Amino acid sequence: MDRFMTLLMGFLSVVLVNNFVFTKFLGTCPYLGVSGRIDRALGMGLAVTFVTALSGTLTWMVDAWVLTPLHLEITRYICYIVIIAGAVQLVEMYVRRFFPSLYEAFGIFLPLISTNCVILGICLFLDVWGTDNLLEAVVVSTGTGIGFTVAICIMAAIREELALADVPEALQGAPITLITAGLLTLAFMGFAGMIK
Amino acid sequence: MASSNGSASGLYSEALFAGIWRENPTFRLMIGMCPPLAVTTAVKPALTMGLSVIFVLICSNLVVSLMRNLLKPHLRIIMFTVTIATFVTVCDLFLKAYLPTMSEILGAYVPLIIVNCIIIFRAEACASKAGPVVSILDGLGMGVGFTLALCILSAVRELLATGHVFDIPVMPKAFVPWLAMQMPVGAFVTLGLILGLINVLTRKRTVPEEEPEAAPAPPAAEPQLPATA
Repeated sequence: MDRFMTLLMGFLSVVLVNNFVFTKFLGTCPYLGVSGRIDRALGMGLAVTFVTALSGTLTWMVDAWVLTPLHLEITRYICYIVIIAGAVQLVEMYVRRFFPSLYEAFGIFLPLISTNCVILGICLFLDVWGTDNLLEAVVVSTGTGIGFTVAICIMAAIREELALADVPEALQGAPITLITAGLLTLAFMGFAGMIK
Repeated sequence: MASSNGSASGLYSEALFAGIWRENPTFRLMIGMCPPLAVTTAVKPALTMGLSVIFVLICSNLVVSLMRNLLKPHLRIIMFTVTIATFVTVCDLFLKAYLPTMSEILGAYVPLIIVNCIIIFRAEACASKAGPVVSILDGLGMGVGFTLALCILSAVRELLATGHVFDIPVMPKAFVPWLAMQMPVGAFVTLGLILGLINVLTRKRTVPEEEPEAAPAPPAAEPQLPATA
């Protein structure tokens, strides 16, 4: 039970309190670029969640079971990036072969994902936070992806409304998006302190 | 863009200066947005980050440019990222050894340079097509433009959050620090307002050229967003 609570807290922490987009600014590029329409935002979010969960787990395993025992920490970044690129490629091939309709929906996002900071970010932060067992690594990396999906969907919903709003001319486009993002982070700061 | 220019020196200066203002990665192209938001709480870490990016950008542009004839289309991205990751490792170890405090402040954002879109974008758009000299100049220009953007943003945030710039007190004693400026809110809102300001400034310059007599229609704000995605 205690174990379960720790996992649940870890999960809620990365979704709400330490949301990567709002507190660590990771994945800001797709967050600002692909959040124009809610269906595309959801597609992007799901693709990122999938790859984050997979590569977070894989890099944790490689780091804990291969690199650390062999004292090869210096090659860590290169290994991480190769694992992520490999995972993205694998997911792309698998989805295209077995779920063609899903591939249509993800399509353009999958290749873009290998350079998404959320994914390398979670691999690095798993190490910074000192995650020490596999189950925790899986839960935290999945939660990070879900946190990203939540953030990008909220943003897309706001921007769909914003398209109809009367924005001052100088702030049209990117500036008002950034200011909206700022207000959203302010809202999410309300969760700070909920979990240590 | 640069290839249409005839003389060699024009080509070089074009490659060097494009990134500093006209194609400034942060203010005009809006790519690689995570460091400008994350490390700009003060000028010192921002400057360190900028210099690291300049180093990585120049080195990776040079290497990609030298191996541009060996690139295979489907392995291109992974070759870029492995090259970049190598130089980022060098940079990270250098910071850990010689600037340990900065390395601690920047933390995971140094390895995150690997996935900074600016570097891959330049490798793809410039270095995989152009020769080594143009690629180096392009990397330098883009890097300086990025560093400039980081410094402006961090100067505003540090000034309002602490009353200091570059750790030197500039505000009068009565100044009440805005703590919000150090938080994520400050980053987003400051960058949004700076972009708005740039919109206003560039509009003043472009509108009279394009439509001197036309009705006050709104197309002026458009040139801002060519490559957001």
